[in-house]
Formats: sequence, structure tokens, C-alpha cells
Amino acid sequence: MRVIQFREAIREAMNEEMRRDENVFLMGEEVAEYNGAYKVSQGMLDEFGPNRVYDTPIAELGFAGLGVGAGMNGLRPIIEFMTFNFSLVAIDQIINSSAKMLAMSGGQYSVPIVFRGPTGSAGQLGATHSSNFENWFANTPGLKVVVPSTPYDAKGLLKASIRDNDPVIFMESEMMYNDKGEVPEGEYLLPIGVADIKRKGKDVTIISFGKAMKIALEAAEELAKDGIEAEVIDLRTVRPIDYATCLESVKKTNRCVVVEEANPLAAISSELTYHIQRNAFDYLDAPVIRVNSMDIPLSFSAPYIEATLPNVKRTLEAVKQVMYKK
Amino acid sequence: MAKKSTATKSKVKYSKETYTFWYESMLLMRRFEEKAGQLYGQQKIRGFCHLYIGQEACASGAITALTKDDKWITAYRDHAHPLGLGTDPGAIMAELFGKATGTTKGKGGSMHIFDKERNFMGGHGIVGAQVPMGLGIGFAEKYKGTKNLCICHMGDGAVRQGAVHEAFNLAMLYKTPVIFVIENNGYAMGTSVKRSSNVEELYTIGEAYDMPAFAVDGMNVEDIHEAVAEAAERARKGDGPTLLEFRTYRYKGHSMSDPQKYRTREEVEEYKGRDPLEQVKKTILDNDILTQDELTEIDKKVKKQVEDAVKFAEESPWPDGQDAFKDVYLQEDYPFVME
Ligand SMILES: Cc1ncc(C[n+]2csc(CCOP(=O)(O)OP(=O)(O)O)c2C)c(N)n1
Ligand SMILES: [Mg+2]
Repeated sequence: MRVIQFREAIREAMNEEMRRDENVFLMGEEVAEYNGAYKVSQGMLDEFGPNRVYDTPIAELGFAGLGVGAGMNGLRPIIEFMTFNFSLVAIDQIINSSAKMLAMSGGQYSVPIVFRGPTGSAGQLGATHSSNFENWFANTPGLKVVVPSTPYDAKGLLKASIRDNDPVIFMESEMMYNDKGEVPEGEYLLPIGVADIKRKGKDVTIISFGKAMKIALEAAEELAKDGIEAEVIDLRTVRPIDYATCLESVKKTNRCVVVEEANPLAAISSELTYHIQRNAFDYLDAPVIRVNSMDIPLSFSAPYIEATLPNVKRTLEAVKQVMYKK
Repeated sequence: MAKKSTATKSKVKYSKETYTFWYESMLLMRRFEEKAGQLYGQQKIRGFCHLYIGQEACASGAITALTKDDKWITAYRDHAHPLGLGTDPGAIMAELFGKATGTTKGKGGSMHIFDKERNFMGGHGIVGAQVPMGLGIGFAEKYKGTKNLCICHMGDGAVRQGAVHEAFNLAMLYKTPVIFVIENNGYAMGTSVKRSSNVEELYTIGEAYDMPAFAVDGMNVEDIHEAVAEAAERARKGDGPTLLEFRTYRYKGHSMSDPQKYRTREEVEEYKGRDPLEQVKKTILDNDILTQDELTEIDKKVKKQVEDAVKFAEESPWPDGQDAFKDVYLQEDYPFVME
């Protein structure tokens, strides 16, 4: 099968949907003439022209709100944040306006919008550029939150997100744009809210999503060398969460570790752990353990990053712990 | 070297110390950042690294117009301001490296330099965020009854953030002692001022708030000093904020990986022809403020300072990763979630 980059998969999804529906447009900082800060939207201005691909000034609150209003009035905006770290300037429009609109208007106004861009850490950028917002947005009813980990999932899920009639937060990573993966030529969509078992196993369940999936899969690879067969679940969507797939796996393996890059308090891992203990208590042979970033901001220097972010080593330790191995 | 003339001589407006400071501080900023750029290429410095080369007068000229008790805040293009204010170049270089001896112990990195001793209140990574903060810093000075003010630098791109406009209005409303400086270098990443607004005369934005507002040649350190001194006088008298647009230029890319397709070579060369450092050097020599030998001595001194800074950064220890838990709260026994 054809192999393409993560950024190309996202670009293809946007291109295909923009060809299909003229109400879809792309707006964000440096997306048009500069071809995207991370070259995701390369060539899109050339193909679609300035009425479909818009560069904005640095005015996140303004253009996020523009997107919400345009969505209420019949368009289907794709609003790119250079990173979700900058979406904080715009969070009022995302949460108070887009997420609550349908309920607040008694079902009269929906907002079919996609807010997309990278989330989380991306090397040595310091605290203002390194936060994870998956759990922040997942906490908000009215939003859907998609966090793919492969080019294949990214393309199918972004196409579904653009066609979705509710507001969708679609989260990528600067550190994944170069990743390559198999993506078929033809059109396909993937359903929002369905997890994917990325590796089959029977001994322990590792649940993760987004960039942290790399840690989960690498840990599983290591564990296999010790004869431990980990089942690795990629949530792909953190709102809604596919609890059923997680529970089914845990009922089989009886052990679970959650790997997530966000800070731990009120994280997706906390949420999963609640549902697992609530619905699979009798199946658990050990408490669920999570591997999150430490409960601190992500500082600049490499030793701080090493001490803060989740990694394979901590994941292996967690698995050993739920398996009661030394 | 251009001929000396009495005409240029009469143009000398400031003291020998002031000219010397301008030359020396701008040279330090320039050489420090040229070195930082090289070290970035060698991957000694990582992450984002935004160089100020070409814009040095915007910091240097303001420093001589203010007092040591005035407060400073700026965005992520923030190596030059503290260098001019007297922060140890070694500590800044160590910060860029991520060493424990850096200005923030390697916590903030290039975009988040701080130096409380010199009232340099950051280096801020979110475009526009420093502007309401700068307002608040000035507000606190007035509240405490001092005569100090805050000078708050921002880029031309930052001017498009809503928070900036809220801050301008609040500053006029409360007559806050703050000098808002737009370092208009023509571009916000790859977006020219022209492509981000119909209002290209950025200083005129102040007029919407009845704020005294002026455009200043940002390549000319004397003009900058003069404009800031006037603004400071207004602020200290209780008349509130001033908006200054420094028309300047960055010679390098936005950060370290910028193909710069949005501008022409000619444009860059044109601005280099009005280089702030060369201009002040010419004024100094034309008017016998310093001799060529004295300038050469300064060059040597600065070269050594930069070499020492690199050596210090190289030889400094890495921080202990566990120190990431320090400085998150002042409460010493704060109960972090540990599992
Ligand atoms: C809220 C926010 N949006 C976007 C960015 C990304 N970004 C960093 S610098 C920059 C351009 C800023 O240009 P300008 O204000 O003119 O300052 P200059 O870099 O020219 O000094 C952008 C878009 C950011 N850091 N924060
Ligand atoms: Mg600029």
C-alpha cells in the first residue's frame, strides 16, 4: 500500500473534503501563502484560492469566533491553530460559543466546525508551548475530541470530522507530522468514537491515544521480548470514549495501564480508571495504573523534560506492577 | 570613513557615556546573537530561538532613556533587552543551552528569559500576552505611589491580538504609567503588516484610545531614546501611557528554520544599509566622541564577553531533572499528584 506522511494525510483529507463541499474553508495563521507553519496546508492556496484558504492575523479569539458564526450560518469552517497552546486565547469561543450553541438555542443552531492543530509537547519549547489540552476539551459537553496516532486514522477521522455536524476538536502533533504510514488511494471515512486495537494481546491492556501511542507500542514490543503479550488500544477519540472496547479488553486481560501525555489531575486516564473499576471491578487482578506527565509544567531543558514526560521505562514499570512482577 | 564636519558635530545630543553605552550594548547584542545562531546550527541550542539582529536600537535606545527602577516586559524575542540591562551574558547563553546556571535554571529557555534583579519581567511566549501584563506592572507602580513605569515591547503581529486593545483602553482609562512599544519589523513570521491589516501606520491605533502615539525610526538609537524619554516624562507626570511604533527590521528569519520566501534579498540589504550599529558608530567617529582605537578596544571586550559566555554555558552543569518540581508552587510541601 501507498505510504505517506501524517501531514500529507491531513492535507489529503482537507483537500478531498474541500473539493466535495464548497462550504468547507480553511483559516488560520500562515496556512495560505506560507503553506502552513508545519507545511500541512502546502499547495492548498494554489488549488482553492484565497476565497477558501485564509491567512489570518494573530487573532485567535477573533478567527475562532468567526468560525463559529460562519458555522451557525451555513458554512463548514476548518480553523487551524498553530498549536492548541494558542487556542487558549480563543477558548471562550470554543467552549462558550461552539460547544454550547446547539443546546442553548434549543436545537436551532448547530456549529459544524473543526478546530485543528497540534497538541502537547514538541521538544524544548518551554511551558507556554507544551501543554496537552485533550482532557480540557474532552471535559466539555457539546464537543467531540479526536486525537489520531497514525496517518491512516488521521485521514479517515479528519474527513469524518469535517462532515460531522457538531463541533470537533482535532488534535495532531508537531512531532508526528513527519511520521509515515500506509494510507490507501481511495476515499474512506472512519467513525468518530471508535477505538482501535493496534496490537492484540492477552496478558495486559495498555490504553493510549495520540502521540503517546508510540510509547505504548514500544513498551508492548519490549514486553513481548519477555513473553508478555500486551493488548494496545488506541482510543483515537477522547470524547466520546469507546469504553466498550476498553472494558472488553480488560475483562480478557484483567490488567490495565493507561499511557497519556497530559498532566494527571482530571485526565483521560482518571476517567478511564473510573469506568474500568465501575464496570469491570470483578475482572481486575490489580489496580489500574496510569503513566501521565508529572503534575508540573513542562520546562525547557532536556533533563526536566526527561523527568516530566511519560516514557517507555515508566510504562514498563507500570506493566510489571499490574502483573506483580518484581 | 566619512569626513568630519562641524555640521554633523552639532548633531551630537547626548553624552559620551550614552554613545559609548549604545555602541557597546548593541555590539554585545549583535555578537551574542550571531554566536547563538552558530551554536543553534551545532545543536548546542535547541527549540525556538528568535534573533533580534537589526532591531538592537529598540532596546538600547530605550534603556538610556529610563531609570534602573523602571520595569521591562517583552515577547519571546528577548535576548537583547536583558543583555542591555546588564544581565550576565553567560547566564543568558547558559539558559539557551538549558543549563542549571541559566537565567531561569534552564526552565524557560530562549523565549522566557527573566532577571528580577534588573527588573526584566520576561520573555513571554504567547503573542500579545505581555501587553496586559505590562499594563498591570505599570498599574502596580502607580498604586504604590512610585514614579516608576513599565516599558512593554511587542511585535507588529501582536498588535492584532484582542488583549492588546483591551490593555490600551484600560491604560488610558486608568492613566497607567506604561510605554507601549511596537517593534514593527514588518513581519509576523511570514505575514507582512500589509497582509494583516488595513491600518499600516500602526501607531495610529493609539488614536482610537486618545493615547499619545508616535512613529519613530527604529534603526536610529538617538530617535528612540528621545521618544522614550518624552513618553517617560508623560508617564511620571501622571499623564498615562504612550504608544510608540519603532520602525525596524529583523535581518534573520523569524526563528531558526525560516526559508524567508515572503521577502526579497534587496529589502533585507536596504535595511542593512541603515544598520543601527553602523549609524551610531559613524556618529561616534564623525564627532570624535571616541577614537577608532577606543572602538577597537570595545570590540575586543565584547568579543571576550561572548567567548566567556559560551565557555560558561559549555562548562555549566545540566540541571537535575527532579528540580522540575521546584518553583511550581511557593508552598514548600505542596502535595503533587504522584501516581
Ligand atoms: C497566541 C499566539 N499565537 C501564535 C503564536 C505563534 N507565533 C509566534 S511568533 C509569531 C509572530 C509574531 O510576530 P510579531 O508580533 O510581529 O513579532 P516578531 O516575531 O516580528 O518579533 C507567531 C504567529 C504564538 N506564539 N502565540
Ligand atoms: Mg514583527
